[in-house]
Amino acid sequence: MRGPLSWNRWPRVDHRAVITLQHRHDPLPKVTGFMLAHGAGRSYGDVCLNAQGTLLLTRRLDRFIEFDRYAGRLRCESGVLIHDALQLIVPQGWFLPVTPGTGYVTIGGAIANDVHGKNHHVAGSFGHHVRRLGLLRSDGSEIVCSPAEHSAWFAATVGGLGLTGLILWAELDLLPISNPFMLTQSRCLRSLAEFWDVSAQMSESWPYTVAWVDCLAGGKRRGRGVFFAARHAPPQVRLPLHRERRLSFPFDPPFSLVGTLSLRAFNELYYRRSRPTAVTLQHYSPYFYPLDRIRNWNRMYGRKGFLQYQCVLPFDASREALPALLAATAKRGQGSFLAVLKTFGGMSAAGMLSFTRPGVTLALDCAIRGASTFALFQELDAIVSSAGGAVYPAKDACMAPRLFRSGYPRIDEFHKYMDPQFSSSLWRRVTA
Amino acid sequence: MTQLQRVVIFGITSAIASEVARQLVAQGSSIFGVGRNELKLRSVLEDLRARKGVQQVIAGAPADLDDLTLHEALFDSARRTLGAVDAVLVAHGTLPDQLRCQESVPETIAQIQTNAVSAIALLTIAARHFEAQGSGLIAAISSVAGDRGRQSNYVYGAAKAMLSTFMDGLRHRLYPKRIAVVTIKPGFVDTPMTAHVANKGALWASPDEVARGIVRAMQRDQSVVYLPRFWRPVMFAIRHLPERIFLRLRL
Repeated sequence: MRGPLSWNRWPRVDHRAVITLQHRHDPLPKVTGFMLAHGAGRSYGDVCLNAQGTLLLTRRLDRFIEFDRYAGRLRCESGVLIHDALQLIVPQGWFLPVTPGTGYVTIGGAIANDVHGKNHHVAGSFGHHVRRLGLLRSDGSEIVCSPAEHSAWFAATVGGLGLTGLILWAELDLLPISNPFMLTQSRCLRSLAEFWDVSAQMSESWPYTVAWVDCLAGGKRRGRGVFFAARHAPPQVRLPLHRERRLSFPFDPPFSLVGTLSLRAFNELYYRRSRPTAVTLQHYSPYFYPLDRIRNWNRMYGRKGFLQYQCVLPFDASREALPALLAATAKRGQGSFLAVLKTFGGMSAAGMLSFTRPGVTLALDCAIRGASTFALFQELDAIVSSAGGAVYPAKDACMAPRLFRSGYPRIDEFHKYMDPQFSSSLWRRVTA
Repeated sequence: MTQLQRVVIFGITSAIASEVARQLVAQGSSIFGVGRNELKLRSVLEDLRARKGVQQVIAGAPADLDDLTLHEALFDSARRTLGAVDAVLVAHGTLPDQLRCQESVPETIAQIQTNAVSAIALLTIAARHFEAQGSGLIAAISSVAGDRGRQSNYVYGAAKAMLSTFMDGLRHRLYPKRIAVVTIKPGFVDTPMTAHVANKGALWASPDEVARGIVRAMQRDQSVVYLPRFWRPVMFAIRHLPERIFLRLRL
C-alpha cells in the first residue's frame, strides 16, 4: 500500500503496512521487515518514509504527561505537535526554547531530526533542551535516557532519525516569556558581503536572527536580501490585538505555480517592499510560522512535488562556497520563495548525527522540473562536499552515501545504537 | 446553555470521549472519568491535569462497567470528588465482530451487555440522581447503526437501538423536570475501535470533529444529534427504504 507522503510529496513509495499507535503503554506491533515512526510528515524527502516496510503513525500519542508551570518543564508523548504544546504553555508564560519554522511537527520528530531554529547561535538545537526521553526498543525494553543517564543512548537518539527505536515521550525545558509577542527588526542587505557584517553585528544583541536571500539575483546584487532579528518582547502595558486568520490551498494545480517568472517577480517585490526600520511588535505565530497560516501550502508546487535543500558550510570555506551555491542556483533559474541564510553558533552538537555545527546554513526549495533539478542538486552537493560541509537529512531526498559519510563522521559509533528492526528509506539510501 | 461545570464521563479512554474531556477542560469543566484499562485511564487523566486550571478538578477510577454492581459506588465517588454533578456522558462501548456473534450466543449476549445493558444501568442511576437534584444533563453515545438493523452489524445495531429507544423514553419522562437527555449518533469515526477497517473514505469523521459536535450538543441541550450532520438525511433515507429493496442491498 501507498501510505503517507513527506511534506514535499516526493518520493512516492509503497509501504507494507501503516499502523496508528494509540497508547504509549502498548507494546510495539509485531511486524515483518523494518519499522519507522512517522509523526506529522513535515520532513522533506525520505527520512520519514520506509519503502516496503511499516510506518508507525505517532500522531495519536498526543497526550501531555506533566506540565510543571512553576519550574517550566513539560513532559509529553512524542506525537504532540509543537503547535499544541505552545497552545498550552504560552498563555502560562512559557515558550519552547527552540522551534523550527513550522508548528506542525511532532516533538518526537523534532528530537529525531534534532531540529534548530533562528536562535541556534544562542540556544543550540532542540536536543539541547530535552531533559529526558523514553525510547521503546523492538525487544520490548524501554530505555529512559538523558544527558546524564544512558547518555550514549540519548546522544544517539537525538538527531538519530528515528532509527534507535520509538521515541515514546520526552521531557522538555521551557523558556519563560512575558507575553506572546516578539520584538522584531529588519534590515535590507544589498549584497552577500553585507550579510556577513550585519549578521555578526546583530547576532550579538538579538537571540533570533535569519536572512532571506534573493537566490535569483546575480552579479553585484548576488545575495541581496533582508535580515530579520527578533527577541521575545518584555512586559508591555498594552499589546496589539492578534487574530489568527487561516487560509488553505484547496487543490493540486497540474503544474507548479512557482516558476522562474513568478519567482523573479516575487523576489523583486519582497525585496522592495517597504519595511518599518524601527523595532516592531509581532505575535509569535506569524513571526515563527508564516507558512502555517496557509494549510497545505506544499500544493503550490503542483502534483510533482518539490525538493528542499539545506546545507551547512564551515565558516572559513563559506566565503567562497556560499556565493558558488547561489550562483549555481541562479544560473539554473531555480530557487525558492524562502531561501534562507543563518549562522549557527559554536555549541557542541546534542546528538551523534546532529546537523547543526559551527558555520553558515543555506536552505532553499525547488519545484521538481525533471532531470535539471536533480542535476542542480548534484552540483550543490559537490560544492558542499568540497567545502567540508554537510546536508540536512531531514530535508534530503538526493544526497549520495559519500556526502553523508563525510558530513556525519560518527556514523560507525551511531550504528551500535540502532534498533535492529528500525530503518528508513533515507537510511538505506545514504548507507547503500 | 447548560452549565457543564462538573462532568462524569464513563468510557473516558475512548478516542471520542477523551477528546470531549479535553474540550470540556479547556472550557473550565472539572471531570471525573471512568475507564476499564488502568494505564490508559491514567494517561488520559494526566493529559487533562496538565491542561486544567488551578480550580478545576480532574479525577477518575478504573472499572469494568460490565459489572453492574460497581455503578452506584462509582457515581457516589464521582459526586463526592466533584462536589456535585452537572452532566453525565456515557461513552463506553465495543464494536463486536458480527461473524463471531453469529456463531456464539455468549458473545452476542456479552456485546449487548456492554453496549446496551450497562449503559442503561448507568442512565437509570444518573436519571434518579438528577431528579433528586432537580437539574442535570444526561448524554450517551449511541450510533447510526441503531437506526436500522443491517446484516453486517446488527448485534451492535440492536444494542444501540435499545440504548436510543431507552433514551427517547427517558427524555420524554424527564422533559417536565427540565433534565436534558442527549442522544449522540455518530456515523463512521476513525478510532481504535474501527482500526481494522482498511479503506476509510469520505464518510469517515475524526474523533476531534465528533467531539466538538458532542460538546456543542450538550451545551445546547439538543435531543438527538447525528454526527457529522449529514447522517440525519442519510439515515432517514435508510430507515424509509422499503424492506423489499433493503433486503437486496449488502449494507
